[in-house]
Amino acid sequence: MSYETVIGLETHAQLATESKMFCGCPTKFGAKPNTNICPVCTGQPGVLPVTNKKAIELAIKTAIALNCKIEPQSVFARKNYFYPDLPKGYQVSQYELPLATNGHLEIEVGGNIRKIGIIRVHLEEDAGKSIHQGAGRILGSASSLIDYNRTGTPLIEIVSEPDIRSPKEAAVFMQALANLLQYIGVCDAKMEEGSLRCDANLSVRERGSSEFGVRTELKNMNSFKAVEKALLFEEKRHTEVLADGGKISQETRFFDDTTNTTHGMRGKEEAHDYRYFPEPDLVPVAPDKKWVEAIRSALGELPEERKNRFIANHRLSSNDAFLLISQRATADFFEECVILLNKPKIIANWILGDLQAYLNARNLTIKQANFSPVQLVELIQLIDKGTISGKIAKTVLIKVLETGNSVKDVIAESGMTQMSDEGTLVKIVQSVLAANPKQVEQYKAGKTTIIAFLVGQVMKETKGRANPGLANKILKQELDT
Amino acid sequence: MNKKTAHELNNLLVNKKISSVELTKAVLDRIDKTEGKVQAYVTVTREDALKQAKAADSRISELPDTRIPLLTGIPIAIKDNMCTKGVLTTCSSKILANYIPPYNATVVEKIKAAGAVIVGKANMDEFAMGSSTENSGLHPTYNPWDLERVPGGSSGGSAAAVAANECILATGSDTGGSIRQPASFCGVVGFKPTYGRVSRYGLIAFASSLDQIGPLTKDVTDTAILMNVLVGYDPKDSTSVNQPVPDYQKALIDNVKNLKIGYIKELLGQGIDQEVKASIEQAMKKLEELGAKLIEVSMPSFEHAVATYYLIAPAEASSNLARYDGVKFGHRSKEAKDLLTMYYNTRREGFGAEVKRRIMLGTYALSAGYYDAYYLKALKVRTLIKQDFDRAFMKYDVLLSPTAPSIAFKFGEKTADPLAMYISDIATIPINLAGLPAISLPCGFSKKAPIGLQIIGRAFDEETVLRAAFTYEQNTDWHKQIPEL
Amino acid sequence: MAITKKDVEHVAKLARLGLSEEEIELFTRQLSAILDFAGSLQKLDTKNILPTSHAIPMKNVLREDKVVTCQNTEDILANAPAEEDHMFRVPRIIE
Repeated sequence: MSYETVIGLETHAQLATESKMFCGCPTKFGAKPNTNICPVCTGQPGVLPVTNKKAIELAIKTAIALNCKIEPQSVFARKNYFYPDLPKGYQVSQYELPLATNGHLEIEVGGNIRKIGIIRVHLEEDAGKSIHQGAGRILGSASSLIDYNRTGTPLIEIVSEPDIRSPKEAAVFMQALANLLQYIGVCDAKMEEGSLRCDANLSVRERGSSEFGVRTELKNMNSFKAVEKALLFEEKRHTEVLADGGKISQETRFFDDTTNTTHGMRGKEEAHDYRYFPEPDLVPVAPDKKWVEAIRSALGELPEERKNRFIANHRLSSNDAFLLISQRATADFFEECVILLNKPKIIANWILGDLQAYLNARNLTIKQANFSPVQLVELIQLIDKGTISGKIAKTVLIKVLETGNSVKDVIAESGMTQMSDEGTLVKIVQSVLAANPKQVEQYKAGKTTIIAFLVGQVMKETKGRANPGLANKILKQELDT
Repeated sequence: MNKKTAHELNNLLVNKKISSVELTKAVLDRIDKTEGKVQAYVTVTREDALKQAKAADSRISELPDTRIPLLTGIPIAIKDNMCTKGVLTTCSSKILANYIPPYNATVVEKIKAAGAVIVGKANMDEFAMGSSTENSGLHPTYNPWDLERVPGGSSGGSAAAVAANECILATGSDTGGSIRQPASFCGVVGFKPTYGRVSRYGLIAFASSLDQIGPLTKDVTDTAILMNVLVGYDPKDSTSVNQPVPDYQKALIDNVKNLKIGYIKELLGQGIDQEVKASIEQAMKKLEELGAKLIEVSMPSFEHAVATYYLIAPAEASSNLARYDGVKFGHRSKEAKDLLTMYYNTRREGFGAEVKRRIMLGTYALSAGYYDAYYLKALKVRTLIKQDFDRAFMKYDVLLSPTAPSIAFKFGEKTADPLAMYISDIATIPINLAGLPAISLPCGFSKKAPIGLQIIGRAFDEETVLRAAFTYEQNTDWHKQIPEL
Repeated sequence: MAITKKDVEHVAKLARLGLSEEEIELFTRQLSAILDFAGSLQKLDTKNILPTSHAIPMKNVLREDKVVTCQNTEDILANAPAEEDHMFRVPRIIE
């Protein structure tokens, strides 16, 4: 029997505001415990919340970028449950009337563009942090300590449709979403640091079936890789259980990144009853058209629009364009280069090839690297002028990135300029021909393609510095006379 | 001098006939003398009060007469559900018996800025849940007119303190009648402003969409004076309205000629004590003599107001009271071997029976499967009640009714049957559901216990309510009666 | 509408309220009576009626994103029933 996997993701992103969702406390990380707190975010008796305008704006921004409908009126609701890191005994969230609904995000998996539906985008406040003492995990701790510094940090929750069909797609979706949120400046989107979090729902059904299987909810994935691994494990588990004629029970499971497995909670899971109701201390948010339009125009060109422009104006492949726009800084870098030198395809190749490989290997962003569009353009122009070969340019690029020195200095220091002096090259060519009599014979017998081998030998002799065009020309001269 | 009103005392203070320290001492002496019988306070802030009085006296001597705020040097009691920084604030609950707020409620800031002298924190029904102050988790308060009777509630301590001259004026909070009903039972003036007029920041929430702070005073003039201090937009309260605030003292005009007053049929029929009804009818007659036009008005939805209120208020309360869990402040049970046990025992030991009952009721009304039938239904009926008022106010300037169906009842009379207690809030509850301003002022006695007249106004039209009340008061002398203690 | 002892126990658990056996009995009776009384609302036709959550309708009450540093964090911690390392301590968490 053939199975199909169905995945939906619920993503929480911390909004890049200065102050908390409902009070003036700073949202900065790393402070001493319980110093970024006030009566409001610690739920002192009598306090009241007042909504941060910037948080609403960032949420609207996200909703626009995800092609959502901004609801004319959204309402905050209380989600009631007891936990020590939740000081009021309820979380202010949105329930029946979220900020935005019905959008989508395009992702590219294996060369195909997939449109993943977004059910809703809503605002809520974060909880605090619990530190469990006497053991690494919550179970077995003698007691727990609560730090409310994070309490009340603004979050948006983005809920996808169950449109995702594989763990790989889920990971790509998360990465694309992270890139988008960074791109529009809504969230720094670091899963490892918790500024972006994700819960996943997975079910498996017979291929062709229109009904959903029983789903499990996965939690505790702290990286994009973990999302994929947890889903891979769960997909396999579902498939095996179903293939054996067994049944999946609906439950919440936790991912363990040391074993790459998921496990349910011990004992019976209490059915949640959050008793949502409209938050009486807050009034509805009703963004008027003017406000939404102002946010939309300040947002500028969205990644998807930019991608299409790159394809149309710069004749890039859809794949290259997609990769360039996946990070705003990369796309900006590309555009700055193109302004300096109108060779978009070559520039894209350099950025997505050697430059990106270098950055990836060192886990750097293009902004963190000590490298400017002017430098890349200079490098490409030196190739065009024949000062260096393309191959040497690659070495130069790495040296420039490593040392932070200028392109010219790196080339001068290492003597890597292209050898274009005919006199010197003639001598080298002559010695190469003398050392390879067999190949010279083959050439003379009519196998002219062997010249490529001889050019290679010249390059080897000159450690790649020979101007390949010139070497070719001299070789021909010498062989034909 | 503690028997006088704030506006009378202001005159004496400004003209240096008395000092605030003398006045404050007189009030503190009175507390020493009668508090054993009345028990209006949870906390008396003796030393702090004298310090504030001294500061008030120097303010009076330094400022030109016209620039001395009217409440400068006047002793005031604060209901114990309003946070006072550094001063015990218990909400009359064991669960907050040791709570020292790290901040001041906005109204407390305003009262301090106005120069008033805070003499103490007034007793109340625990978390403002109740109509008799019998539900105080600390001790009951006794009605100064008859110590066998309750002072009403939940602002029973505030009302009793004003009536017993243990302060000059007081603040209260009103969720379903908690200012007006104790004012009625204790023979003082109590005013609930329009929802949103007074900041709720620092008012320990019972039911957020209904709670509103207001004054309890000896006469309508003092009510207007304290209103001028309490009202105003507060950026810390999202439900506080950003509207210009009138000078309420200017509304004190002795004239109701051609004022259209609708008297509410449903609140003068069944379930209303005959003597209460008689007093109200006399008051109506008086107003008519003074030139007002009195016409009967029917509010059919009132029949459902109590049920509506007792779903909405407990639902909000069940959520508002979730923060009392032993983690951050207040009581934590010693029986706390793990988190769940701590929650159960802390809340079992900390909350009284009425609070538990309402948490249970509210949790149930919001729980899965019952939300639509109870909570959502109640919100819709709330709309119907509002619509009844909208219709009435198209024709009438103010509405009139008794504040409570009876005079103050005796201790224990209604504690066995919570529903009977709830139903006695019938005249005050609809006003909170619609967010309107309403006053209760003395209009008679029965068995030596006071009776209260309620006047209700349009949203944000406190002025017409005050004018009608002032006119009635100026032409009667019920407010001049003082209980013997 | 009558509610059962089991309902009361369930609701008490949701509300994290420890109740004695007598309280459970009492509340079963009293809540039944109150809900019975509240049941009278059911006969009202509210088909086309919008719910009122706020008596005075308002919208878009927002504040600027400005940090206001609280001066009283120590007073907040001073109320903690149990404190350790500047944090609020709670007994072990068993789900």
